[in-house]
Amino acid sequence: MPPNRHDTDSTTILTVEAFADTILPGEKRDPSDRAVAGAAPGPGAVAAGAIDLLELPGGGLAGTLPGLADALNGHAAELGAAADPDVPPFVALDFEQRTRLVQRLTAPDHPEKAMWVALALFCNMAFDSAAHLNTAAALEAGHPGLLTIGYRQPEPDGVWRFPSYSYGRRLADVHPATTSGGSPA
Amino acid sequence: MSAVESTDVLVIGSGFGGAIAAYHLAAGGAKVVVLERGPWVTADEFDHDFLLGSSYTRVFDFVVGDGMSILGGNCVGGGSVVYFATMPRAPGFVFERHGSIGRRMWPAAISRETLDPWYERVEQALPVTQQRWENVPYAGGLWAAACNHAGRTANPAPSAVDVDLCTNCNWMMAGCKFDAKRSLLLNYLPGALAHGAEIRPLHEVQHLTRTGDGYRVHYRIVDDEDYRVLHDTGAIDAKIVIMAAGTGATPVILRRSEPHLGAMPPAVGRYFSGNGERLNTAVFDEDRVRDVLGLERPDGQAYAGYQIGRGPVVANWDHLDGSLPEHERFSLEQLFFPPGLGTILAQVPDGTDPLWFGRDKKEMLRRWQSWLTIFIMSEDDNEGVFGEPPETGNAVRLSQQMLGTGPLRYEPTENTWRGWNLADAEIKDILERDGLARVAPWTNDLVGAYTVHPLSSCRIGDDPATSALDDRHELRGHPGIFVTDGSAVPGALTVNPALTISALAERAMPGIVRAARERGVAVRYAGSLPEGEAASRRPVHI
Ligand SMILES: Cc1cc2nc3c(=O)[nH]c(=O)nc-3n(C[C@H](O)[C@H](O)[C@H](O)COP(=O)(O)OP(=O)(O)OC[C@H]3O[C@@H](n4cnc5c(N)ncnc54)[C@H](O)[C@@H]3O)c2cc1C
Repeated sequence: MPPNRHDTDSTTILTVEAFADTILPGEKRDPSDRAVAGAAPGPGAVAAGAIDLLELPGGGLAGTLPGLADALNGHAAELGAAADPDVPPFVALDFEQRTRLVQRLTAPDHPEKAMWVALALFCNMAFDSAAHLNTAAALEAGHPGLLTIGYRQPEPDGVWRFPSYSYGRRLADVHPATTSGGSPA
Repeated sequence: MSAVESTDVLVIGSGFGGAIAAYHLAAGGAKVVVLERGPWVTADEFDHDFLLGSSYTRVFDFVVGDGMSILGGNCVGGGSVVYFATMPRAPGFVFERHGSIGRRMWPAAISRETLDPWYERVEQALPVTQQRWENVPYAGGLWAAACNHAGRTANPAPSAVDVDLCTNCNWMMAGCKFDAKRSLLLNYLPGALAHGAEIRPLHEVQHLTRTGDGYRVHYRIVDDEDYRVLHDTGAIDAKIVIMAAGTGATPVILRRSEPHLGAMPPAVGRYFSGNGERLNTAVFDEDRVRDVLGLERPDGQAYAGYQIGRGPVVANWDHLDGSLPEHERFSLEQLFFPPGLGTILAQVPDGTDPLWFGRDKKEMLRRWQSWLTIFIMSEDDNEGVFGEPPETGNAVRLSQQMLGTGPLRYEPTENTWRGWNLADAEIKDILERDGLARVAPWTNDLVGAYTVHPLSSCRIGDDPATSALDDRHELRGHPGIFVTDGSAVPGALTVNPALTISALAERAMPGIVRAARERGVAVRYAGSLPEGEAASRRPVHI
């Protein structure tokens, strides 16, 4: 079944978006955007499709997103941030507060570390490898993460080749104890 | 259930250790069956695509442990399909190491000298060739120039890439589309098939039991698309079993078999080494590259070529010096690691916390084409230990492919940290000179340390207390079971290990053939090598 955004409730989406935006922040989609904090110029993990990637059944996290959002909101609520009836507690935090909380949850000694690291890994992957899309098509469509890292365009057949690849000259002396086959002695 | 099949030799896993064994035993006349948990993917299916479900995720395996994560292959051809094909011999001092056991770790019968003839065979079979400066990609050239600028040496390392066919696309972790990378799909495996060996993909071995004159190997069929799903069970009887499921899996299968086979030697699942692996990422100042190192590409850019190339090509071997104390010797190899896995652990040089995510990390990603990754291979302390086996396989799979969690625990000792700290400092000294770059090591906080070179979880040695195998690779106390994969290597090698794993497997073959004959198998050691051919493009009939 193709991923369907409507399968996931809006609290979950807003919360996970706010988490993704903490990992790789971006500019707000519109002035009313609460999930994306607007902490950095240009598109971030949310615009790169973090939710689309996370909702792929094959990724392994799709079914756990509501639980992760609940847990994240639970941690945020514990911080005693001023309750905001309009948005979930994690979304109500400002960018610095979100950052500190994510740091704490992913620290080596945190009991829930594994699940937050996995979530962060997928958010990062959505941005810099667009793992929910065919890579050539994603570049063609101007995927913001791949463009940000400067990932190069493939040749017209969708395959990467770099005919020009070498400075073409010796740039250092080899180690004196190198064997005739090129290995260390 | 129907009658259990039987064969002379059952090989578990089709990476270096498995493929070499399958070839020699089949070439010598034995009936050989290879069980491989991953799919059989051929060159025309290797995609340039990060999409979940493409070859990149189908052939790859990433198991997160407690303090150590292992990356490896998961397909016919094993690690050779995803590897970077840098193939140096290990330096002589490595074989004299003592490690934590107060005596020579390697069997007395093995030294660099005695292994050299076996290295040579593998170099011929793959083949491995010496690399020329004229063909070194920009990233390797940059590392060489920076080493030279700092008064160091640098070597283009021997490689199993056919440079004439290579497009320098840096997609080699997804399998090589162009058959430029000399994986096992091009030599030992087609050689084994030509001699009648059978390779069965998507067969994951779970445990072994005993029969009258050998062993019964029990497997589950793995779903072709969703590896979390296991189908039918089956079993095959064999007179000889070759364990080559890789360092992360071989000891797990053996430990799961313990209730049936009896006690395992204490070293099964202990003394794991990550080959002292650690990564640093540098972000270069393009102007300084031009001004200080005098580098310029034909298109006028100085570098901006992180994406271009074929993994690691140039290495610094100045610290591969046998007169230095153990744990202070290491090599430093330039490396490419694709986005996704290759960026999340990189830390912002000179930044303020958080270093692996957030605003500053995003700024660092903007300069991704000016990155250079430096790969440390040092001498760790064999401190990894496997806990209780998971229910099946060697991991609890999280995603349909690629990602799972496993029972390995690894807490780096002071010795291991000494090597890492010295190597970090050396990289910084070379790369930050004259403002060339800013550099920081990858974080160990997220998935622990990480290795693409797992070793030693079932190692050879002369001392039964600290080695699981004798110097012929036979499992102590369990005659007829041999281990020929990376788990047999006694410790970190300070260089890329696949050539050494392969040379040890080649060396073990005459002895394994002898053991098979003693069990009534009509087989001889032919001593031949497979003929190279572009077999990975041939259609496969199972
Ligand atoms: C990205 C990457 C780059 C690398 N680059 C280099 C390099 O440049 N140079 C170098 O020397 N080394 C490199 N390596 C390391 C090299 O690939 C390994 O050292 C080598 O493949 C190990 O060989 P092996 O025989 O021990 O096991 P593997 O090659 O790992 O083979 C084990 C096989 O067993 C299968 N298996 C596992 N469990 C089971 C089971 N229960 N039942 C059946 N089958 C099973 C696996 O799917 C796999 O195919 C690299 C590794 C990676 C991941």
